[in-house]
Amino acid sequence: MNELAITVIGRDRPGIVADVAEVLAGLGANLTDSTMTRLRGHFAMTLVCSGPAAPQVEAALEPLTADGQLLATVRIVRGDGAALSGGEPYVMSVHGADRLGIVAAVTRVLAEAGGNITDLTTRLSGSLYVLVAEVELAPEVVERVTARLAEVGRGLDVEVTLRRSESDVL
Amino acid sequence: MSGEGTGLGDWTVDALGVAGQVQPVVTAPDAVLSRAGEEVDPTAPETVQLAADLVATMRVSPGCVGLAAPQIGVGARVFAVDVTGHPKALTVHGTFVLCNASLVEATRWKAGREGCMSVPDLTGDVKRAGRVVVEGVLPGTGEPVRLTTDGFEARALQHEIDHCAGLLFLDRVAGAHAVYQRKVYL
Repeated sequence: MNELAITVIGRDRPGIVADVAEVLAGLGANLTDSTMTRLRGHFAMTLVCSGPAAPQVEAALEPLTADGQLLATVRIVRGDGAALSGGEPYVMSVHGADRLGIVAAVTRVLAEAGGNITDLTTRLSGSLYVLVAEVELAPEVVERVTARLAEVGRGLDVEVTLRRSESDVL
Repeated sequence: MSGEGTGLGDWTVDALGVAGQVQPVVTAPDAVLSRAGEEVDPTAPETVQLAADLVATMRVSPGCVGLAAPQIGVGARVFAVDVTGHPKALTVHGTFVLCNASLVEATRWKAGREGCMSVPDLTGDVKRAGRVVVEGVLPGTGEPVRLTTDGFEARALQHEIDHCAGLLFLDRVAGAHAVYQRKVYL
């Protein structure tokens, strides 16, 4: 069974998800994990599915991309991407005036401490740039990472907070 | 309705004795929003005027249930709250202003969506205590207050106390998918 990584991105309109999902269902592709969201007027789908061969999916998606409004890619990925890290879940918030390099600088701090980002979103709202990341970090490095993030934040003139993620199990 | 403890007594905005001036609201990323406010002298004339200005600005802002001094560009630990008539409010203390307030008890944590006049285009899911005890002093008299409240008023108080500490709701959002673009109404 193939595991495929598929991306579809293009100008937002009603029906993109239905169109793509219909194609995949028609091929017997089982849609597993996905994120689908609107990014500044573009609709972006990133999904992993299992089933058919990549060329088959590419061919089936072609009618959707023919008018140039949508871009689709299909790639085979290997195996079940088993979770890599141990570490505990933390949430990092960053906000400040938009400027080049904020994401690069703060995520480098996390990476250098062995932090593994599991989810990240950014928003530009007027001149305000907001980043929220979920990251798995070893608890013993948190104090050091917090200090380093504060330092990097000062350099970029952005506010950075790192705190334990709330994960209530009900 | 009033909670237990040393409540607001018969304090009203009129007791300030000055007319509030509507002030422009500052939005992120303005630096004043990220600095911890200074403790104030509650009886100082500039604190009394600030209190009146906060109430005046809150009242002319549609949907505004609270406003802190940093949001009108003043780095001070003063805020106004009024959740009267809000559908999520339980206990309601009406319009009041607190100086140098702090959270002394916080229980019944619950996630909820909140927005902010200083972050006008975004909202976020934030976990806040559903029951709080807040201590502060009243502007003008300097009378100490110990306020017990719950529900939406408790959330508003925590949001405003955060402002006075240089924190925005963005610093407390629950996760990467807990920030939302506000719908744009044309």
